[in-house]
Amino acid sequence: MRSILQLRVPQIAGDEDQLRGLKIETTAASSPSVVRFRDPQIEMAHGAGGKASRRLVEGLFAPLLYPASRKPLSDAAHLEVGGARIAFTTDSFVVKPLHFPGGSIGELAVNGTMNDLAVSGAKGIAMTVTFVLEEGLPTADLEAEVRAMSGALKRAGVVMAGGDTKVVERGKADGMYITTAGIGTPLPGVKVDARSVRPGDKILLSGPIGDHGITILLARGELDFEADLYSDTRSVLPLVEALAAECGPGIHWMRDPTRGGVATALNELARDSGLGIELLEEEIPMHDAVRGACELLGLDPLHIANEGQFLAVVSPEYAAIALNSLQQTAGGEEARIVGQVRVEPANAVLVITRYGGSRIVDMLVGDPLPRIC
Amino acid sequence: MQYVDEFRDPELITKASEEIRRLADPRRHYRIMEVCGGHTHAIYRFGLKDILPSNIDLIHGPGCPVCVLPMGRIDDGLAIAKDPNTIFAAFGDMMRVPGAHGSPLEHKARGTDVRIVYSPADALELARKFPEKEVIFFAIGFETTAPSTALTLMSAKAEGIHNFSVFCNHVTIVPAIRAILDSPDMRLDGFIGPGHVSTVIGCRPYEWIARNEGKPVVTSGFEPLDLLQSIIMLLRQLQAGEAKVENQYKRVVPWEGNRAALKAMAEVFELRPYFEWRGLGFISQSALRIREKYVAWDAEQRYSVPETRVTDPKSAQCGEVLKGVLKPAQCKLFGKECTPEHPIGALMVSSEGSCAAYYNYEYRKSLVTRISSVA
Repeated sequence: MRSILQLRVPQIAGDEDQLRGLKIETTAASSPSVVRFRDPQIEMAHGAGGKASRRLVEGLFAPLLYPASRKPLSDAAHLEVGGARIAFTTDSFVVKPLHFPGGSIGELAVNGTMNDLAVSGAKGIAMTVTFVLEEGLPTADLEAEVRAMSGALKRAGVVMAGGDTKVVERGKADGMYITTAGIGTPLPGVKVDARSVRPGDKILLSGPIGDHGITILLARGELDFEADLYSDTRSVLPLVEALAAECGPGIHWMRDPTRGGVATALNELARDSGLGIELLEEEIPMHDAVRGACELLGLDPLHIANEGQFLAVVSPEYAAIALNSLQQTAGGEEARIVGQVRVEPANAVLVITRYGGSRIVDMLVGDPLPRIC
Repeated sequence: MQYVDEFRDPELITKASEEIRRLADPRRHYRIMEVCGGHTHAIYRFGLKDILPSNIDLIHGPGCPVCVLPMGRIDDGLAIAKDPNTIFAAFGDMMRVPGAHGSPLEHKARGTDVRIVYSPADALELARKFPEKEVIFFAIGFETTAPSTALTLMSAKAEGIHNFSVFCNHVTIVPAIRAILDSPDMRLDGFIGPGHVSTVIGCRPYEWIARNEGKPVVTSGFEPLDLLQSIIMLLRQLQAGEAKVENQYKRVVPWEGNRAALKAMAEVFELRPYFEWRGLGFISQSALRIREKYVAWDAEQRYSVPETRVTDPKSAQCGEVLKGVLKPAQCKLFGKECTPEHPIGALMVSSEGSCAAYYNYEYRKSLVTRISSVA
């Protein structure tokens, strides 16, 4: 699971002392449709970030764990603790292989957690980590990951506040799993919420899509082709900060389109806002190697996972300045305005093709599976 | 990207679409069947319907191997793979296809060792890698994929790999087209011929459609310009009152097909007397089985197969949609009980099935009152 719900805990009996001074942000209630989780067993799809994941979160986790929450799914919760505002998130990393071109699980664990905070409008300050290690894992591999984490922490200016280690029997953890939690402080003047999104708002994408997902697919060595591709894992905070500095109040929503890709993130936005998203296919930046791999495998690049990119919805008067601020920041040169928010088709994402045709693009169903012909 | 971008050039596509408008007689209604699921997928993916005149109706044909596979075959394959010593290997397309007792992915979650492979050769590689296991490759596909299954079986025999077998579900396209043409409620004007299948069988096997049925066939590629050009070629024939087989996909499809591939198929496979197709029923001589000399690698012979038969719910009107009598959304179950996540009918099963393609790419577009580009 990538993110938790925006958390609202109005009353927690028995833990009052511990929670004294903890005031949770209250929000106006909307009326989301009731989702029931009736799947008989857990399948890989429930962790793939698409429809099944959402069904699990909304149909099982949310009603029991966050019953008071009325806010849409988000990347991090914003809380008030003893008068101070903090952002809070958690994440797990189960990538295979542990190392891949452009990054590794350790680097991903730091960047991914900090990015969840960044796109919720917060700058990460500290994190914790739990390692689940598999019996037999070479120490050199573990050390490499810890070094990768250390480098990413330094670059992000984040403190590791604590950690935990568990070891499981051989064959039970693909080498290692990493779970993190992160806290951050809100960026001044930034408030992101799908319900602030309005028709006419512009959709920005920070750079080319699909690099991470296709790199991992190829790094598994199951396909007989190679491409000059690197994971885009990185901290998006510098880009988010640049955006916030130039057009803080104009930013209505942000999301890093990780598992499930751009299509899933924007479908969630469409659903949470009740509006329609119109994407211009030719404006979506993408490397040729990603496009080629997707063509060969019959995958939709809009469903492929990213790590170091984010989507932002800004009000139209800020669109040009927002694009400029991203493009002027290192790593944001390929940012584009890729579409806009419309009244219709309500709750859906519409893609306009290069020749003026159109198609609906839905959330990912399960994992992306290659076609045979 | 070479071989792709030149077939997606917006200027050429606009020109082609103008040519189609010029050729299409406004007093006439054209019903053209694209046989291949890949075409259906491309038509929706590129939004081609939006740039065609409204009197050209594209009917989605039977050419999606996943869609036309009867549910009972999936149950049979998974039943013999239940043994903990077995690895069930199949293409990604198959993974979410439901049998009566669940899809391969659901069986995986229950403990069956299910692996996604990208080719039959990868399944054979699993057999080499795990000599203590029995690897069953669940083979599906038309003539497009059958040759690689044949070559893999030839390799298994040559190398003496005995922990590998194939559960063969390969089907052939021509009898399916014949079944559709034989249907009394069928009113088609022409066919966009299956490009991938034709890389193997060539164009000659469609000549009877033009000769006996008087319907033009144009074998087509999968890019937007390929499909538009094929429609132009069909309209030209129809305007001239002709019916012949033409090859639009010459850069890939040889008229006589691929001899080596056909030879490999003939070595390993023979026609089954009959085979059940989802949505179309039993069609004679429409599928392949493994020849006697490869019996040691034929999963149907090696294992006790339950021979499950599962009929689709009567309310699923797949047959009518396949023949173009109904549009996907006109089926009683469409978008209600039957969705891509929980497919009931054949055509909702794979992304290349006409109902799934319509659901994924078109459904909800009816809500759009205004489509214009970003200002």
